[in-house]
Amino acid sequence: MSAPPNATGVTGRRLAALTEGWRVYRADRGGAFGLAVLLVVVALALLAPVLTRSGELDVTRVQGAPLQPPSATNWLGTDESGRSVLLLTWWGARMSLLVGLSAAVLSMVIGTVVGLLAAHFGGWVATLLLRVTDFFLVLPALVLAIALSTVLSRGVFTIVLAIGVTSWPQTARLVRAQTLTVETRPYIERARALGGGHRHLLGKHVLPAVLPLVFATTTLTVASAIIAESTLSFLGLGDPSMISWGSMLKSAMDTGAVTAGAWWYLLPPGLGIAIVVLSFTLCGRALETVLNPKLRGTRR
Amino acid sequence: MTDTREELETRGPTNGPPPLLRFVAAKIGGGVVSLFLVAVLGFFLFRVLPGDPARTMTRSTPVSAEQLAALRHRFGLDQPLYLQFRDFLLNLLHGDLGTSYIYNRPVAELILERIGPTVLLGGTATVAAVLVGLWMGTRAAWRQGGPVDRWFTSVGLTLWSVPTFWLGLLLLMAFGVGVGPLPGLFPVAGMSSPDVPAGVVARVLDVAHHLVLPCLTLVAVIYAQFMMVMRTSLLEEMGAEYLTTARAKGLREDLVRRRHAVPNALLPTVTLIFLHLGLVVAGAITVETVFSWPGLGLLTYEALRVPDLPLLQGTFIVLAGSVIVMNVLAELIYRFLDPRVRES
Repeated sequence: MSAPPNATGVTGRRLAALTEGWRVYRADRGGAFGLAVLLVVVALALLAPVLTRSGELDVTRVQGAPLQPPSATNWLGTDESGRSVLLLTWWGARMSLLVGLSAAVLSMVIGTVVGLLAAHFGGWVATLLLRVTDFFLVLPALVLAIALSTVLSRGVFTIVLAIGVTSWPQTARLVRAQTLTVETRPYIERARALGGGHRHLLGKHVLPAVLPLVFATTTLTVASAIIAESTLSFLGLGDPSMISWGSMLKSAMDTGAVTAGAWWYLLPPGLGIAIVVLSFTLCGRALETVLNPKLRGTRR
Repeated sequence: MTDTREELETRGPTNGPPPLLRFVAAKIGGGVVSLFLVAVLGFFLFRVLPGDPARTMTRSTPVSAEQLAALRHRFGLDQPLYLQFRDFLLNLLHGDLGTSYIYNRPVAELILERIGPTVLLGGTATVAAVLVGLWMGTRAAWRQGGPVDRWFTSVGLTLWSVPTFWLGLLLLMAFGVGVGPLPGLFPVAGMSSPDVPAGVVARVLDVAHHLVLPCLTLVAVIYAQFMMVMRTSLLEEMGAEYLTTARAKGLREDLVRRRHAVPNALLPTVTLIFLHLGLVVAGAITVETVFSWPGLGLLTYEALRVPDLPLLQGTFIVLAGSVIVMNVLAELIYRFLDPRVRES
């Protein structure tokens, strides 16, 4: 008798659930702040080609002197080849966000598939998948990512792959636990009794119930993926032709900006990473609070 | 093996080996399987995946076909893969990790030289981070929602969001090089100065002086994890009835916290210390790179720049292997610490 079919039907119920979720989300100050920051950063990153001239990123066409402190012409100073640090940071956001998001999506897909299969099928499939998951969960992800990006050819795709295939185990564990819970519910039994196959059960019933949680976790994964991207780029494993926040910090270290005291070169990319990562973390935590009422009150 | 186990089993009412022994055997067995998988993965990553490892290693230097062939022969790459794998495993069992391409020395020897500094840095940082994290987590949870809680949580989350190496670079610039009129207070690179007067005390002080900045960086990034777990786990204990009992006995609030709530909340946190060793390893790689700390992390960085595949393979196996061993230890320790797990 929980939800009698009325005029609004399924859509109405979903809308009501969404509205309620949004209300809880908005009440979380951190989550609201994180979302606002992310919207601004993503908009700026997307609009970079419109609002700035990418030609000034070309080392051969710059006019500024190298490693100049902030001034009226270059608000955040210049890098070792005279390019504007503001411009570099602006364009670097595109690469960092792109890699972070793609790697998180890859990790989400692997984790969800492994988790669903392990929970739904049981038996030796589950045993095998769980062993593999536990193995990768324990393995230090950065060490594995370093190994992968060293032996594969340099490029954005390699970095995404290296981060994606090393960060999925947490998602898999979570999805498995959630699937096990969902599959005990009567409506799954009903669907099975009506002759629903594995594909139908997983696709139409289990996956939709698990997805919100997956979404919340992926938000947190983006945060760690952006850190991982910057770390790999900093170690010199990124695409050398691309500007990202990590590669900026690498050139800052390699060209002696640290010993020269060029704080204007070090601060912007690092602050960029910190702000974006923090925002994703705050959003992820707020989403978890929406989905898990038990957490309400323990976090703020 | 089963015979001896059954002989030990004289008190228990059930058949088969006693649960504790079975538990320990299962955990150690699982650990051995994982270690074997690390070795397989190491072989796959550095021998199979690159296609031609000799070409990968020489990609930054021009080489002739003869040189490539000689290199392939030297590393045994001209043999079929299954033979290579067999030799690799046999050598590994004898502690032979191959020969480094850049140093032209046994990889195992190079790694042994560098383990000490990494253990010193990682160990000091872990101990400091655990102490700071547990203390802050306790304080934050006890006055949940208060100003201390809000401050500790936001600072922790912010530091958690900062890339380790960036924090290192900032500290290096602020306290190593010095900003403006401020002189550098700490050394910028390495683990010891060349001009240290003889004597153990002077030498220890010199290493400690070098250790401050790298250690501080590592602590800043990892303590938040311990703090948050301690906070959550203490919050779960807060409503427990035994705390009400303790208060009813007339215990002061700080004694209730120290003697009753904290010991119980500590349990999940203790295992976490071991489980997050991977985090320390990852942090050590970047921190050692920034501060030129002569440990395994810096060795990894030197190896990946070439890339020196045998050396990378060695550091990969040693770093991943030690994390796995620590995890098995954590599970065993937890079993002895928590009576609830012991009985189930």
